[in-house]
Amino acid sequence: MTSAFARPALAGGALALILLVVILTSLMIGQVMLSPGEVLSGLGSIGSGSMESRIVVDLRLPRVLAAVIGGAALGLAGLLMQTLFRNPLADAWSLGLMAGGQFGAALVIVAGAIVGPGFLMVLTGFAGLGVVAGSVMGTLGVALAMSTMARRVGTVTLLVLGLMLGFLAQGLISVLLHFTNRSQGRIFVAWNDATFANVVWGDFVTLAPLLAVGLVGAVVLAKPLTALLLGDVYAESLGVNVPRMRRLVLGTTILLAAPVTAFCGPVAFVGLIVPHLARGIIGSARIGAVIPATALIGAVLALAADLVVHLPWEQHFLHLNAILALIGAPLVIVLLLKSRSLRGGEG
Amino acid sequence: MYAIDSLQIGYGRNVLSTLEQVVVEPGEFICLLGRNGQGKSTLLRTLAGFIPPLDGEVRLDGRPVRQWPAAERARKVAVVLTDRPQVGALRARELVEMGRQPYTNWTGSLSHEDLEICEGALKRVEGQHLRDRYVDSLSDGERQRVMIARALAQRPQVMLLDEITAFLDLPSRVTITATLRRIAHETGVSVVLSSHDLEMSLNAADRIWLLPGEGRFIDGAPEDVALSGAIGEAFDQANLAFSLKSGRFETHGTSRGAVFIDADGPAAVWLGRAVKRMDFGVSGSREGANVVIRHSSQGYELDGETYLTIQSLSKALIRRLG
Repeated sequence: MTSAFARPALAGGALALILLVVILTSLMIGQVMLSPGEVLSGLGSIGSGSMESRIVVDLRLPRVLAAVIGGAALGLAGLLMQTLFRNPLADAWSLGLMAGGQFGAALVIVAGAIVGPGFLMVLTGFAGLGVVAGSVMGTLGVALAMSTMARRVGTVTLLVLGLMLGFLAQGLISVLLHFTNRSQGRIFVAWNDATFANVVWGDFVTLAPLLAVGLVGAVVLAKPLTALLLGDVYAESLGVNVPRMRRLVLGTTILLAAPVTAFCGPVAFVGLIVPHLARGIIGSARIGAVIPATALIGAVLALAADLVVHLPWEQHFLHLNAILALIGAPLVIVLLLKSRSLRGGEG
Repeated sequence: MYAIDSLQIGYGRNVLSTLEQVVVEPGEFICLLGRNGQGKSTLLRTLAGFIPPLDGEVRLDGRPVRQWPAAERARKVAVVLTDRPQVGALRARELVEMGRQPYTNWTGSLSHEDLEICEGALKRVEGQHLRDRYVDSLSDGERQRVMIARALAQRPQVMLLDEITAFLDLPSRVTITATLRRIAHETGVSVVLSSHDLEMSLNAADRIWLLPGEGRFIDGAPEDVALSGAIGEAFDQANLAFSLKSGRFETHGTSRGAVFIDADGPAAVWLGRAVKRMDFGVSGSREGANVVIRHSSQGYELDGETYLTIQSLSKALIRRLG
């Protein structure tokens, strides 16, 4: 009894500690190396204009915070989708929701550019609810398409469909950019490679509330989602209004994934692998027990990958998704080979 | 309790069966029989309120079953299904605790009483030793026992079980059927089990529901249903028939001759089986028989020859009459 309760608490404490260490390290490391003391004095003297304060608070902290809340949100979105689709490899990226979000955002950006050059101001900062709204609409479109198809096709087919939708969206985005001017295109291509570094303080006004609502939604839905682990019929027999819950879960997933996609681009693998790591560490698939670990591991993974990218390399060729793929792809291969339902093909 | 009134079950325009007046009493163990496609699952789904009846009414405590709020219905009706959901890292204990969801608040936190109910449910299915095992590591029989415990943890008035023994080996089927019978009689929960296992159902059930096809529905004690000949009508095939004498299905191919068996006790029973297996008839008298088999301490005697095993006897019998 005690051990069953001690394990999530212990894991949560350890993960929180690791997260703090990675946050501190991320604030120290960069083109200018700072000591822990300098980081703390920088944090303590916000607005003083000192060099430490400008590096830590103005340059590094937004990126670090974006990675922390973005990683947590993507991890939770992955957990929700894996449970909703009863598919261990489902997440916002693998099922094409991110591609939909990007396409939506690209449409808004291009449309804005055509309407008026004043839109470029918004574009460069990627603030502006317009881009988020476009991303939400695109994510929603793909999410609805996927949840309709999920009833007709098997687990693996759905994943392939998601990947194909991703390629399709990338193609459409390229075509879209081909017909806009070069400077916009360049900005968009930079954003197309996922990165947390483009997030500035102003973005959190949009980002944080949406993700907070998504987090609350995930916590509230934990109980019916646990029932859904047994399938629709069992969930219904346990008193869950399954159609309504599906809509709520999909809505929550979009709240978690779409804003991150809009501001940070298509961050791959986090949502896919983090729930598996969380279940493994907690030793349970019960959603309520897995949520804290999922959020913490998502934050640690995203920030650690971001840290590798931002080590003081001589050249800047490393991309966030490249690092995530090096961790994520082998794990997915193991999952594919181990999972009975995936290896067996359909259903 | 359930009260069914001129209920039509089916999907769309396809009426599978019509049930007139049926009342389910507390503590009854009911087995639902019928060939595939006659509406066993549809009936259970309709009773559970998952699908609407085409006509008529299923009343649960006086109120149509689909008009109960889902959470309240979950405190009255529990289901167990055939399928084996892959649940990943979930322990048997956690699975049983899901049965308390209709009673807990939005966080799903369990009170001391909830935990006691879950423990009691595991005990009823003799599954306490499984409590810390992962569900995916359980055998099919163990898993279904845990699923039954989960249903029991809902503290329902009725448990509906849809062919839950379909994938199980014979010992597990016997255990689970006996467990369900005991649960019904000891806890007062009404249990409706749909099954393909005709002989076991006839032995264990208090009551049989039979869907013999053509939209009919037969309800009665196992013996009444058997004596009415309805089981034969529902299941007999060209060369397989339900025997009212033995209560079993027996093959009746073209009889190759009649054999009189001169033996007592178990030897007589098993010799009779062997003879029937080879499509010979068993004759009640020496006079009506083509051959006589006599069992003695030496072995089995046929036409003056003695055979040590039924196997060698069988071969001789086929040579003699085949």
